[in-house]
Amino acid sequence: MYTTELQKTKAVDAIEDPEKLAAFEARVAADDFIEPKDWMPEAYRRTLTRQISQHAHSEIVGMLPEGNWIGRAPSLRRKAILLAKVQDEAGHGLYLYSAAETLGTSRGQMIEALHSGKAKYSTIFNYPTVTWADIGAIGWLVDGAAIMNQVPLQRTSYGPYARAMVRVCKEESFHQRQGYEIMMHLCQGTSEQKRMAQDALNRWWWPSLMMFGPPDENSPNTAQSLRWRIKRETNDELRQKFVDITVPQAEAIGLSVPDPALHWNESKGGYDFGEIDWEEFYAVVRGEGPVAKERMKARRDAWEKNAWVREAADAYAAKKAQKKQAA
Amino acid sequence: MPSLPPIRPEDEVRARERRGTGAFDAPAADEPDLSLFEYALRLGDDSLILGQRLAEWTGHAPSVEVDLSLANMALDLVGQATHFLNYAGAVEGRGRDGDQLAFHRDVLDFRNCLLVEQPNGDFAQTMARQFLFSTWQKMLFDHLTRSKDEMVAAVAAKAVKEVSYHEELSAEWVIRLGDGTEESRQRMQDGFDWNWRFVPELFDMDELAREAAMRGIGADLTILRDVYHAKVRSVVEEATLVLPSDQRPILGGRRGHHSEHLGHLLCVMQFLPRTYPDATW
Repeated sequence: MYTTELQKTKAVDAIEDPEKLAAFEARVAADDFIEPKDWMPEAYRRTLTRQISQHAHSEIVGMLPEGNWIGRAPSLRRKAILLAKVQDEAGHGLYLYSAAETLGTSRGQMIEALHSGKAKYSTIFNYPTVTWADIGAIGWLVDGAAIMNQVPLQRTSYGPYARAMVRVCKEESFHQRQGYEIMMHLCQGTSEQKRMAQDALNRWWWPSLMMFGPPDENSPNTAQSLRWRIKRETNDELRQKFVDITVPQAEAIGLSVPDPALHWNESKGGYDFGEIDWEEFYAVVRGEGPVAKERMKARRDAWEKNAWVREAADAYAAKKAQKKQAA
Repeated sequence: MPSLPPIRPEDEVRARERRGTGAFDAPAADEPDLSLFEYALRLGDDSLILGQRLAEWTGHAPSVEVDLSLANMALDLVGQATHFLNYAGAVEGRGRDGDQLAFHRDVLDFRNCLLVEQPNGDFAQTMARQFLFSTWQKMLFDHLTRSKDEMVAAVAAKAVKEVSYHEELSAEWVIRLGDGTEESRQRMQDGFDWNWRFVPELFDMDELAREAAMRGIGADLTILRDVYHAKVRSVVEEATLVLPSDQRPILGGRRGHHSEHLGHLLCVMQFLPRTYPDATW
């Protein structure tokens, strides 16, 4: 999973050393990777910390809607695949937290920011998974959108993030295929299964398009992020690519995309599509999504109700270290 | 009638010395071997039910690392269940596969031990259950790698590596939590108190278990009991805990007489295939 940038911070007030800044910008422009110990402008550090930690939080919160169906997966094979997939998300969360930590913020601080509501995660996970077809739709659309976002990030300017993306992308492409395979199977199944599949597409289509973030004219940091190679393509470019790839996939399995304005535009060589309800998007960003409260409660409960386990592990490690020292 | 060679005295000696295997009136090749079917069900159901239970933790564990390790164990167990249940279905010869067996049996036909269906409780209770089960399963699978049934031996050989990790991981948590803080020690002790009453069932040699052992397919669990108890005791001591006192054993899982918990677990697990019996997924 991936999150686009939400919650922009105010313009940087610190004045950077112009010489260092020029050297940094030249390196980035030459497609050099920036590594943890290299000098970097504070705004770059802050933007990246926000983006990578949001991405990590999205992986972890994203385990919940799919985890909701592991116990009810309809065959042993589906259960094993879904378990493995959700486990992959946990793994992605782990490398991303590690990548973000190289910028100087600890995992504990990041988790605290998530639980206090200060840090954001992808809006998509604030929607419920109500039928098995939602597991198909998430793999196909949500992971599909994630790949669109992440493939360019393999060349993002920050080395640890770019390297994490290489591995994440491989796994996401498997996730996308397994999701589409679930949908394909449902579409070849009984009328009830087809109904489930179409209903899932109806509910997940627009939220998936929102995953790419606000339209470019309303995305003030895009220019800076593109210049610093934190981002490599704009929100609207990625969204267009996603629509162009996904619509024929829906048609191939007999599903219809819930957008009456959708049509092929010969001259631009892509689809025109209807207006996204940005009010809905901003409401979800504000924390008003249909299951936002459930998601945050699940994460806080997992953390707080199990705090005694982490405390015990620390106490035990301290005792061990003490014994070792005494010996 | 053709003349037969005489039975010589040395043949008689040889016959006396040989205590052969096999049986008169053994099932014919085309008749299903129902005790092998039942034995494979026991192995498969243990793994399936515990895998289902562990998967309930996904997304809710104490840390990302722990979440990964629990999902990993669940995945191993679901894999073992798939092999054993598919095999059970093939042995039975009535066209049922692993999915049919997993999703279309009711409580009375499940053959798992009572320990694996126990609720997760807190993390300590989950780890007590895991440690008590994986220590046993590791010893059993070690034995089963030498099973006379090739399939049982092959699955055990693959699974024993996984289970050995489950045993190690859960033993480490038992020690860490037992010898951690006052709170974690109490919780770990409570975890053992909850699960300990289901340990005797693991070693119960009912008729089917005895037959499987006699045929060299299954293990004689009585010879594993002492080593098991010694292993458990040593970890529990290192964890500064005490083993609960023994009580009248609670049996029944192997005959389909389960706790109240299994029915609820099956409701969740089997909901889709039962609601849409004509669908494939």
